[in-house]
Amino acid sequence: MNPHLPQEAEVVERLQESPTIFTLRLRLTSAAARAAYHFAPGQFNMIYLHGVGEVPISIVSDPQDETVLGHTIRVVGRVTRGLAALRPGDRVGLRGPYGRGWPLREAQGHDLLVVTGGLGCAPVVAVINYAILRRTFFGKLTIIQGVKHAEELIWRERYAYWRTLPNTEVLLSADHGGPLWPWHIGLVTEVFDRAQIDGPRTFVMLCGPEGMMRAAVAQLTARGVAEDHIYLSMERNMQCAVGHCGHCQYGPDFVCKDGPVFAYPRVKELFGVRGF
Amino acid sequence: MTPPVPLPPRFLPRARLQHLLDALARAGFRCIGPQLRDGAVVYDTLESAQALPAGLRDRQGPGAYDVTDAGDARMFAWANGPQALKPWLFVPREVLWRADRGADGALAFVPALPSGPPLAVIGVRACDLAALALQDQQFLHGAFPDPYYARRRDELFLVAVDCSHPAATCFCASTGDGPAASAGFDLVLDELDDGFVVRCGTERARALVAGLDLVTASPAQVDAARRQSERAARAQTRRLPGRNLRAALFANLEHPRWAEVAERCLACGNCTAVCPTCFCHAAAEAPALDGAHSEHAREWDSCFTRGHSYIHGLTVRPDTRTRYRQWLVHKLGAWHDQFGRSGCVGCGRCITWCPTGIDLTVEAAAICAEGG
Repeated sequence: MNPHLPQEAEVVERLQESPTIFTLRLRLTSAAARAAYHFAPGQFNMIYLHGVGEVPISIVSDPQDETVLGHTIRVVGRVTRGLAALRPGDRVGLRGPYGRGWPLREAQGHDLLVVTGGLGCAPVVAVINYAILRRTFFGKLTIIQGVKHAEELIWRERYAYWRTLPNTEVLLSADHGGPLWPWHIGLVTEVFDRAQIDGPRTFVMLCGPEGMMRAAVAQLTARGVAEDHIYLSMERNMQCAVGHCGHCQYGPDFVCKDGPVFAYPRVKELFGVRGF
Repeated sequence: MTPPVPLPPRFLPRARLQHLLDALARAGFRCIGPQLRDGAVVYDTLESAQALPAGLRDRQGPGAYDVTDAGDARMFAWANGPQALKPWLFVPREVLWRADRGADGALAFVPALPSGPPLAVIGVRACDLAALALQDQQFLHGAFPDPYYARRRDELFLVAVDCSHPAATCFCASTGDGPAASAGFDLVLDELDDGFVVRCGTERARALVAGLDLVTASPAQVDAARRQSERAARAQTRRLPGRNLRAALFANLEHPRWAEVAERCLACGNCTAVCPTCFCHAAAEAPALDGAHSEHAREWDSCFTRGHSYIHGLTVRPDTRTRYRQWLVHKLGAWHDQFGRSGCVGCGRCITWCPTGIDLTVEAAAICAEGG
């Protein structure tokens, strides 16, 4: 088994989510590769654009459908710019899934609080979908999403739908609002007061900029959430995805294989230190 | 590898070292050994024992390396050169696979596994063996064994030489890795004035040595070899302030010394290139001009570069202070979590080959001993 070798995948569908964010739905072309492929929410794939290179991308689709894999991508560099130009029928390389996903089994029976900032939503949208499809596994579901600018919010209709579901709360916030922004204006952590978090009953999944996650951890522990019930998805430079290349080394771990999802106590030692 | 075989040490007269090289060649190995090139000892293809650096001594210090000729016949009376084993297994540039795009747009991925005869490396030092064990852990013993490294490592034959002349930069005695080789070799040689005391570490080495028809080493020769190793350990002047500095380093992440050493550090990456345990590498894509083919390779990288910690618009380690700290805190600290020991084997190469002579043992002592 060569862990570096991608397999061919075909673009099944391409969705434009915002001016700079798009979703590629990919299917492995080999039936054997499809049959062997299984993933958990929070894991990621390495997507290869021919002649340009690979990038790590979270899987946003539901694990019930392992044949078409959703990847929501922001255009930031050479590879993602090229991926944005792909159309249905185009081919890419795909290897994965990699990393450890969200602790969905451990979280069963608890309230679920999902806090995201910016495109942080992509790695946890799989969790939200997972919980909604298995609603009885969890208590109250609270979704808190913050963005810098109101126009960066993607999936407005999904948030609108989620908030109609029973025992589900959706709180949105933008640092800079706009004329059509009916929700909170300010830091995402300011809406915690409105979330009515039952600390001891709650499992938290955090994803987004580290500054936001640090502030969120402080808010949550102050509300009685146990540190080992707080999980967060870390982001570091990843080039090999198998713990070999060293770029994502973080304290005792390699984010690509020991993460990207960590229980907060595991990263606590370095989490407040800039430069790691 | 089979456990060491109890076999009385043999004696190999220096004039018959060529027989060992010939036996290895007959067994199908390509011999690699130390040679003087461009003023430094480097490891490359070795067919004749004549090419070994007879009489050579090295003088090493912070940012300083030169060689002299002592005029004697000893071939291994020097400490080390800039590199030994690492580039032969974890090669500086390894093509991993090629992507071929057909006329219909279909992509085929073709692995590019290395081929060629297995290597026999002559003159491996104890520090290099300790480093090899760590590279094995990184590339072979995790959840994703690396088939490229494995292919090169698989039949590798290691002829170690116990260090008799450590350099001023050496501190393997303080890390517990040398100067005598204790494990991980096929054969180990102790060089005396007229030849070598030879001990076998594996069954295949025993078979090879049996074919050389050597006499048993005399008690005096075995004793001379032992005393030489003890002298080499005592001769070392540098040391790390402890075998496990993890707690001390993590307690001193904001020590003012990090900013001070950053004033002297050029962030050139020499230390990571010569370090026998550093394993960071970057993905490199080389598309052909026809647009149909592209090679995906890995190339050595360094945590001293800006790109190493780059994630879409953000450089996690923006300055030399955080990069030097990353290197040292990983090497001497987090390695304990990841590998069960420090990532430093005491070879001293990072001290010698640092253009500004930064001394890891001095920096570690300053950061761990004071204010901690």
